[in-house]
Amino acid sequence: MKVQLFVTCLIDVLAPQVGEATVSSLEAAGCEVSFAAGQTCCGQPAYNAGFNREAAAMARHTIDVLLETDLPVVIPSGSCTDMIVHHYPELLADDEAYADKAKALASRARELTQFLVDDVEADQEVAAKGTVAYHPSCHGLRNLGISDQPDALLASSDRVDLGAETDVCCGFGGVFSVKRSDVSGELLTRKLDAIEASGAQTVCGGDLGCLMHLEGGARRRGLDVEFSHIAALLEPVVSEVSDE
Amino acid sequence: MSRNDLTDRIAVAIGNRPKAETIRSATTRIDGQRITSEEFPAMDDLRDATRHIRMEALKNLPELLDEFATNLERRGGAVFFASDAQEANAYVTRLAKAEGVGIVVKGKSMVTEEIDLNEALESEGIEVVETDLGEFIIQLDNDTPSHIIAPIIHKSKEDVGALFASKLGFEYTNVPEELNAAARAHLREKFLSADMGVTGCNLAIADSGTVCLVENEGNGRLTSSAPRIHVVVMGMERIVANFEQASTILSVLARSATGQSLGTYVNLVSGVGPETADGPEQLHVIIVDNGRSSILAGETAEILGCIRCGACLNTCPVFQTIGGHGYGAVYSGPIGSVVTPGLYGIDPWGELAHASTLCGACEDVCPVRLEIPRMLQHVRAQTVEAGTAPFWMRKGIAAYAKAATDQGRWEKAENRARFASAFLFSEDEWISSLPGPGRGWTKIRDFPKPAKQTFRQRWQERSDGT
Repeated sequence: MKVQLFVTCLIDVLAPQVGEATVSSLEAAGCEVSFAAGQTCCGQPAYNAGFNREAAAMARHTIDVLLETDLPVVIPSGSCTDMIVHHYPELLADDEAYADKAKALASRARELTQFLVDDVEADQEVAAKGTVAYHPSCHGLRNLGISDQPDALLASSDRVDLGAETDVCCGFGGVFSVKRSDVSGELLTRKLDAIEASGAQTVCGGDLGCLMHLEGGARRRGLDVEFSHIAALLEPVVSEVSDE
Repeated sequence: MSRNDLTDRIAVAIGNRPKAETIRSATTRIDGQRITSEEFPAMDDLRDATRHIRMEALKNLPELLDEFATNLERRGGAVFFASDAQEANAYVTRLAKAEGVGIVVKGKSMVTEEIDLNEALESEGIEVVETDLGEFIIQLDNDTPSHIIAPIIHKSKEDVGALFASKLGFEYTNVPEELNAAARAHLREKFLSADMGVTGCNLAIADSGTVCLVENEGNGRLTSSAPRIHVVVMGMERIVANFEQASTILSVLARSATGQSLGTYVNLVSGVGPETADGPEQLHVIIVDNGRSSILAGETAEILGCIRCGACLNTCPVFQTIGGHGYGAVYSGPIGSVVTPGLYGIDPWGELAHASTLCGACEDVCPVRLEIPRMLQHVRAQTVEAGTAPFWMRKGIAAYAKAATDQGRWEKAENRARFASAFLFSEDEWISSLPGPGRGWTKIRDFPKPAKQTFRQRWQERSDGT
């Protein structure tokens, strides 16, 4: 199956190894991956801050780039996928030239774990040393309903959870993290307290934004926990070799 | 308020650790009590039905209000449409003076907080006594409510004990039952000597002209029945067509608010006169607009479908952190951050919509399934249109959008970021101090340094076979 990767701006610049891990994972699942070089940022930060005109310009650019082919788009981010799937069609509803294109792109955009588990039933699992917690990012969880997919990928991990704190926002929130760093910092502390109490040695998730917020805070605190995008932990399942 | 006041209030809220801890533990506890669809499978269908009922009511508001007024007047009540707070307050104070009212007892009502009715009555020399336990404590302490259904959620029982000892002369206790008994003894006297009772209204039922009032303490029943004059103050959106619709809403209201299947007291007030010989002699219903018409005409109209259960406040991680006082408005939390700019203007109140992570927990719990994040997002866009976004953000996002719509400019910007960080910061892979607006990030956390090569460069190399 041929797919195209929308790598997201954060991964492109800050964590290219996550992009490469995403490609490896897709290839291991039997996909042929292409990358449209014109891609930049989906515009979610601008939209999130209320700059609809700028966000719409970025949406049109991204639509042009990703509709160069009719391949499904796989995105290693719940937040960016949510932007394309839900907010592009809203933003461009009155744009005659782009309203239909926005819907077309929305229908073929998939978040990575959705794609792996639901679409291609990839035989892969999270391979991490020690205890692992999964951080459900809000937009993936609530707007895309991503929950069973990471559960499946973590099925054979030594998994710990954060109890009642699991679904509570970590306080990243895009521009909020800078504009309202006062509140963001309180939520960060609360989440790190829960992570520390859980005994997790690795925290994985599907959104780099939340993860760099958490890891940046953990470093300040001297908390010895590894934070990783889930893509970087995926490995093909090695089936048990039976004695012949 | 100016936009900076929000930052100041948040600093105060976060800085008061005991109060912050009280708020967080109380909100998470009430949030945990909320009845979910796992516990009560009919909840999902009831929420759908409630949404439908509320949206239909907003569509037919003028007709329903007319019907309600006609039916209420037929049953001996008087109806007054107040276009703003001043008109509403003037009606009540004029009535109180004409009737020689000395003491007014009040049931819990957010709309009277909104219009500042107490102050209006007191300025005419009339004594106003709040009878809801929480509101009574607020009044005694010269405080303001911090939650739409749990006004003293920010106070501990020790706070209340100390307050009663100093203001009412009771011996200090932190036992809730004893505190409750003390307040009850004090308030009974007031109920018996009051000439006027003022309550809010959870739902006004159009086809019977009935006011429905939900409460847990019985003070609402006393307030609406003991004094000879009963005044109801209601927001104009608080209307439903018939009792069947009201009962659907009642079935989700308390479940969402406190985890009860129904409020302890559901009072139905249907007029005055010979047929209701043991009730008040007069019933006045004041239907308040005060900015609601302009909300109704805009993109956030559906916020008026809110039934004031408070579930979105309890579940909101920001509310749990800064409490109602952090918001600086009568209506706080997610719902308040949409309502307040709608009632009082985008500048400065639109800033409240930025005090949200848009995590969506509010929409998950809303019994009316209000799309609160979408509306918060819309208010944010309104702040940008109004030009109130900070200078750095306007410039930053304009430059960023310009780069992001052109591959060449984007790659140049990426390279500049990599070079700048390579020169400006240590070899460490994390940056501990960023300049400019980036300070907001590094104030509380490190920032990852850009990688030596971007993904697209590595991809290009791979494609080139290098």
